[in-house]
Amino acid sequence: MKSEVIDREDVRTIKLSGKITIGAGDVTMRELIHAAIDDGKKKILIDLGDVKAVDSSGIGELVAAYTTVAKNGGRLALVHLSPKINDILQVTQLVTVFDIFDDEASALASFS
Amino acid sequence: MPDTKPVNAAISITSRFENIELAERVVHDLMVSAGIGEEEIAPVIRALWEGIANAIRHGNGGDPDRRVEIEATVSPALVRVTITDQGAGFDVAAVPDPTAAENLLKPSGRGIFIMRQLMDRVEFSNLSGGGTVLLLERRLGTTQEREHHEV
Repeated sequence: MKSEVIDREDVRTIKLSGKITIGAGDVTMRELIHAAIDDGKKKILIDLGDVKAVDSSGIGELVAAYTTVAKNGGRLALVHLSPKINDILQVTQLVTVFDIFDDEASALASFS
Repeated sequence: MPDTKPVNAAISITSRFENIELAERVVHDLMVSAGIGEEEIAPVIRALWEGIANAIRHGNGGDPDRRVEIEATVSPALVRVTITDQGAGFDVAAVPDPTAAENLLKPSGRGIFIMRQLMDRVEFSNLSGGGTVLLLERRLGTTQEREHHEV
């Protein structure tokens, strides 16, 4: 998995690409979330637009990211979900947990 | 006329997550050789991934000296995969529903649920001498009728 971090004012966008799967991307994502918290970020947007595959461990890491950010008084949102990732969040009922946006502008606006 | 004889393959891997891709390639290529299209291969590969990840992490406890055996058989109507670990076995009935409100924010416990969304048959059996066999089956030629009902 590859990642790119973009700070716009107080929102940190983490753009992920590749696979978020067991033994690889899941650990990387955890490190990125902890780095954001260590940097004092409370508004975090995860861009999944270039993510090709997510397994149950990757979904678990998204949940862990959500709870970690929330416990630190912040908010986490997701943007650019592929139909496959959207489907998996639907069947696992996680669409009721995450704030999900189709486009970056709407997601960023939600933080203001 | 397409060949209707089942084809099969087997691979044995050590308990390392990077080895899942080796098994993925074997089963993918087997299904391609049987004339199965990518749309029908994709859900099988996703379930296979979850099954092997479970076998490595929970079955074999991540012990790289323990192996996971994968066998796949593909016929025009059905794909069947077995994944055997060398762990102590477990009670699948004790696995909580990850979609229950109290479990939604748990970071794990969705692998078996996802396999059940993707496959027609997901069964675990504990071997008397130790180890667990996971049986995965999916009927083939059914993509259109499933289109809106699976992950």
